[in-house]
Amino acid sequence: MEHALKIERLFVSYLGNQVVKDITFSVKKGSLVGIIGPNGAGKSTLMKAALNLISKDKGDVRIFGEPLKKWKKNIAYVPQRSDIDWDFPITVIDVVLLGTYPKLGLFKRPSKNDKEWARECLKTVGMELFGNRQIGELSGGQQQRVFLARALAQKAELFFLDEPFVGIDVASEETIINILRNLKKEGKTILVVHHDLSKAESYFDHLLLLNQHMIQYGASEEVLQPEVITKAYANQFSFLQPKGVNVTS
Amino acid sequence: MNIINFFEALFQYEFLQKALFTSVMVGIICGIVGCFIILRGMALMGDAISHAVLPGVAISYMLGISFFFGAVITGVLTAIGIGYVSQNSRIKHDMAIGIMFTSMFAVGIVIITLMKSSADLYHILFGNVLAVRMSDMWMTLGIGVLVIGLVVLFYKELLVSTFDPTMAQSYGLPNKWIHYALMVVLTMVTVASLQTVGIVLVVAMLITPAATAYLLTNRLSVMIYLAALFGVIASVFGLYFSFTYNLASGATIVLVSALLFGTAFFFSPTQGLVWKALKARKNRVELMR
Repeated sequence: MEHALKIERLFVSYLGNQVVKDITFSVKKGSLVGIIGPNGAGKSTLMKAALNLISKDKGDVRIFGEPLKKWKKNIAYVPQRSDIDWDFPITVIDVVLLGTYPKLGLFKRPSKNDKEWARECLKTVGMELFGNRQIGELSGGQQQRVFLARALAQKAELFFLDEPFVGIDVASEETIINILRNLKKEGKTILVVHHDLSKAESYFDHLLLLNQHMIQYGASEEVLQPEVITKAYANQFSFLQPKGVNVTS
Repeated sequence: MNIINFFEALFQYEFLQKALFTSVMVGIICGIVGCFIILRGMALMGDAISHAVLPGVAISYMLGISFFFGAVITGVLTAIGIGYVSQNSRIKHDMAIGIMFTSMFAVGIVIITLMKSSADLYHILFGNVLAVRMSDMWMTLGIGVLVIGLVVLFYKELLVSTFDPTMAQSYGLPNKWIHYALMVVLTMVTVASLQTVGIVLVVAMLITPAATAYLLTNRLSVMIYLAALFGVIASVFGLYFSFTYNLASGATIVLVSALLFGTAFFFSPTQGLVWKALKARKNRVELMR
């Protein structure tokens, strides 16, 4: 069977510096993949370039064997929280409703069914009581759940989440990871940029360890070996000691 | 003179009817477009584009063609120039805006001065709503219909590309073209506003009513209606003060909209400074008991 996502020889520059170098990997349908690596490793850059949100120097991206363009509307992207203007005059339910836009086409407004569906998605993330709040009135975790609801509303095949667990409460993190697991069960393919190594193994079945170059890609327990991790985090000693990693080697 | 005199004059004089119609139309379209301008963080860009149409207007005037074409051309060229300078050097966006629009404005002033027509310069800069001609009125109406039509048709796309441009791009919306289309609309709105508020103060009509509405609602659709409403109120009352006290219409219209903004700033139910202060005081008093 075709891979859900196949990336071949991807190179990306940011402000003139090449930060993603020669990345090749493929993801099977129904996988939950974590993209991990130290700060500045190019995790978000890789994700954005894969979705053509920033230009790449070189590389080929295939979705189910076809060009990205064909699948654009079936890919849901959840941006980093810092990318959003939280003062924007928009209510929670209207943010979720945006998820229905890609498949509506020009000149069409969301129907009653679309609005019903948006409310259902909001319920899935446990935020149904907040529908009429302005988006900035919520806590970080609640905001992240609303954006996940928006992604659900899109009825996508692939989900890309950029640092969804940064600065959010434990309950929200729990809710989000459970929803991602359910999506996986439904056969959806999910990629998550993530920075917290301690939970990486329990959250994801595959990990892509990155430090500009690809260090390793494979099953989570294989990637989370001390000698593998050390290669990526070679200059981030203090961060690794709690994991019992020997950094002097 | 009072309001009743104003109404009498309104029924009596055609020039005043035309002035009122044009100012109301300008109030509406400036309010609508202004919402997108401020939410996209382009208030400064709005200022720049509105000033940068001056040479275009002057050249059109010289060639005897409609302001419209010259203004759109110089407006869009300036928008492209600003983007080009800031993307291809360490010059920041706001610096590029400052350089480009003042240069364009200066070129405009030189051209108009060479034409030896300082009276026209004054009217272009500050507006002269009582001299609105029939053709200006139709042009304003045409621009108004076009702008409202575009916003209605592409509301969905404008909303998503303004709130979350990354999402818009990820599902294939052409953000860049939306940006330039908005720049074209901005130049058209400027041209429509030339007669009522003049080039210098157009930006006030774009930003102030929209900002007032921004303080009062959490929904973009409501914000657009409110901004249009505030634009109309400012235009009508501004025109009244202008006519009654023989003041420049641009200045009176802008002052009325500033007054509306001030009221919302202090008394908005959710954002108003006065309520916030009262609430904080009440909380403190309760804690002291």
